[in-house]
Amino acid sequence: MSIRLEDVSYTYMRGTPFEKTALQHVSLSIEEGSFVAIAGHTGSGKSTLVQHLAGLIAPTGGRVLVDDVDLSDTSRAGKAAAKEARRKVGMVFQYPEHQLFEETVEADIAFGPRNLGCSEKEIAERVHAAMELVGLDYDTYHAQPPFQMSGGQKRRAAIAGVLAMKPKYLILDEPTAGLDPAGREKMLKEIRALHKKHGFTIVLVSHSMEDIARFAERMLVLRKGTCVLDDAPSNVFRQTELLEQSGLRPPQVTRFLQMLRRKGLEVPVDAITFEEGLKAILKAVQQ
Amino acid sequence: MEELIRLEDLSYTYHAGQENERPVLKHVDLSIRRGEFLAVLGANGSGKSTLAKHLNAILIPTGGRCIVHGIDTRATEELWRIRQQVGMVFQNPDNQMVAAVVEDDVAFGPENLGIPPDEIRSRVDAALRAVGMEDYRDFAPHRLSGGQKQRVAIAGALAMETDCIVFDEPTAMLDPRGHEEVMATVKQLHRERGITVVYITHFMEEAAEAERVIVLEKGSIALQGTPREVFTQVEQLKRMKLDVPMAAEMVYRLRQKGVKLPKDVLTEEELAEALCQSGWKM
Amino acid sequence: MLQDITLGQFFPGTSFLHRMDPRVKIGLLFLLIVLVFLCNTAPTYGLLGAFTLFLMLRSHVPMRMMLKSLRPLVWIILFTFLIHLCSHPGELIAQLGPFEITKEGLQQGIFISLRLVFLILLSSLLTFTTSPLKLTDAMERILSPGKKIGLPAHELAMMMTIALRFVPTLIEETDKIMKAQAARGSDFASGNILQRLKGFVPVLVPLFLSAFRRADELAMAMEARCYHGGEGRTQMKSLKAGRLDYMACSSMAVLTGLLLYLRFSMQ
Repeated sequence: MSIRLEDVSYTYMRGTPFEKTALQHVSLSIEEGSFVAIAGHTGSGKSTLVQHLAGLIAPTGGRVLVDDVDLSDTSRAGKAAAKEARRKVGMVFQYPEHQLFEETVEADIAFGPRNLGCSEKEIAERVHAAMELVGLDYDTYHAQPPFQMSGGQKRRAAIAGVLAMKPKYLILDEPTAGLDPAGREKMLKEIRALHKKHGFTIVLVSHSMEDIARFAERMLVLRKGTCVLDDAPSNVFRQTELLEQSGLRPPQVTRFLQMLRRKGLEVPVDAITFEEGLKAILKAVQQ
Repeated sequence: MEELIRLEDLSYTYHAGQENERPVLKHVDLSIRRGEFLAVLGANGSGKSTLAKHLNAILIPTGGRCIVHGIDTRATEELWRIRQQVGMVFQNPDNQMVAAVVEDDVAFGPENLGIPPDEIRSRVDAALRAVGMEDYRDFAPHRLSGGQKQRVAIAGALAMETDCIVFDEPTAMLDPRGHEEVMATVKQLHRERGITVVYITHFMEEAAEAERVIVLEKGSIALQGTPREVFTQVEQLKRMKLDVPMAAEMVYRLRQKGVKLPKDVLTEEELAEALCQSGWKM
Repeated sequence: MLQDITLGQFFPGTSFLHRMDPRVKIGLLFLLIVLVFLCNTAPTYGLLGAFTLFLMLRSHVPMRMMLKSLRPLVWIILFTFLIHLCSHPGELIAQLGPFEITKEGLQQGIFISLRLVFLILLSSLLTFTTSPLKLTDAMERILSPGKKIGLPAHELAMMMTIALRFVPTLIEETDKIMKAQAARGSDFASGNILQRLKGFVPVLVPLFLSAFRRADELAMAMEARCYHGGEGRTQMKSLKAGRLDYMACSSMAVLTGLLLYLRFSMQ
């Protein structure tokens, strides 16, 4: 089971003077159960890509399949199946303020299940479950107005609102933007728990190579609407030149080890997280 | 060096006197010298944005005083003089541009000051050149990247011929490229034009570029000193839930493991040097 | 995508129409509108038609775009034509059931429809060749004598400027909010009108909250840059009428003279 893009292209405002190609012949698949990060600087097409994964925009060329169902199937039978398939993918946008609108956290999280036509009992169950998944205590928060919560709590409420749809695949667009270091760390660990403990497939859009190195199993690098690198982070970060061309750099610790190497110190340069780097240096020093 | 801004026992309480009153700043004493580059670091809710807003009289202290260029910010008749001297760049690049064209936006400040049109023209041109945005003068804001918008906002302050610019988390909403763009511009203005910079951030790498750092915690100054003095206090910073520069943390952890290294290492270069000298075989 | 929609229908260019002082353009447009209503004979319509065509060609705005501006009103034009076609007594040329089509009716139908077409084309020429910003600016200048009687010309213009500035931002934001809610199963396309309106609540609430937040922050940013109303304010760009504008005015004077002559002495 997977989300698959087959030769997907997308052009904004086709047929007008403002025409702009955002994706060009992208083929890739996100396997169920994986943790995939997407990197690329602004304008590389990564937001367009994730919106395709979530079935929020239809490709102008090629097709998107979720669990082998074509999302842009317009035949009568196909349409219902596509709608069903689209529900398997949840997407959380960068700013929770774009999503929260109800007077209480509970009502806001219930919005999705209600759109699905769930019974009141089922809605209540889903709201409880979703809040628990993101670590929002029901008794403390359910009656709070979402607009008065802190940045981190708002984001949790927004994620819960999407989790209440019971997706299999969860796409998160820069879920740590605007949080301070402690808030970032907490959020990332919770996302990892969603993956490890609860089996969600995670697609994480991130600018932080450090976070990608620590959490992702696989990373895609986008550049000018094409996918230029697709591999395990440790392999991707070896492609210094391609990364550079895409406006990215390996994690700080990797660059530091490369610097030690250049200074003539015997140290392996394949560490991509701080802890790995620390171990590598310690080992080299102790020899 | 000459003092530009002085905070004396400054306190600020939101909704003072009401049921939901919330003290945000508590008895802060701070002196900012002309031409200095000061970073203010702190977690969300530590009061750093509130502090910033006092520096050009957007907020007036509820206790103590804030003195800018010798003018007490409570003197409302001097408000425009204070704001002319202390410019401000905010977090959200979209919500501080007034005009629908870049150069008109830069002209907004000087126009408010009643400067003659010819002089505004030359100030705007110079300000746009100073931030490297002269090729975008006719652009509409929504066609610019976040970093470019922030540079336009900086130009807007420069065009008012401010002595000091307060940056209130200017990169919090930008991508890494935007971070670098803004930081490079700030450093250049400080170095080449002697602009006094007060830089509020929660990014430790940015604060490390400053000459002096103060760390706010729950509305009070918890740490201050040069970046080296502040960032080598690894345990303190961790307790305040702030990041530590990679090199400082590496040294801290290596020393815990018994590796002999000097304690006050701040940059990666220094760490590499220290490691080379620690008798590591080449 | 929503965010690439440009506001109004400004078509950037360097034609003389683009370069003219917007105040002069607005003034001359009013004069032209008066002239349109003075037309009453084939030669007068012909003269004005030729002039309009000349402006259209010299504006360098693609003819396709100009004609597109007629489209929303094509039914009204057609309706007007038909009403006039069968409501003027005179020389009968055709009979369609109860409707009598006369020669006078046909002529009048064509004239009145042409009037509408001219009005639309001429005013579109103004918006095609003048950026919304310049229009706002011109409006402030034109209204500024009204300050004496308490007309807030500066405030009105400032509001327009800010609106122009934020429309693209808010359009982009609407697009994002709609997608965020669509990801939670919002449906904006089906149901009756009431259901659809209700469907927009989850979009409107975040949009309004965001707009208020923006307004709040913008107000602070404006104050930080010493904004305190129109009092004592100068402007970097001052509008100056130049040779081009004087030439345009002279041409218009000639046109007016010619048209009045055609109307009143050639009868």
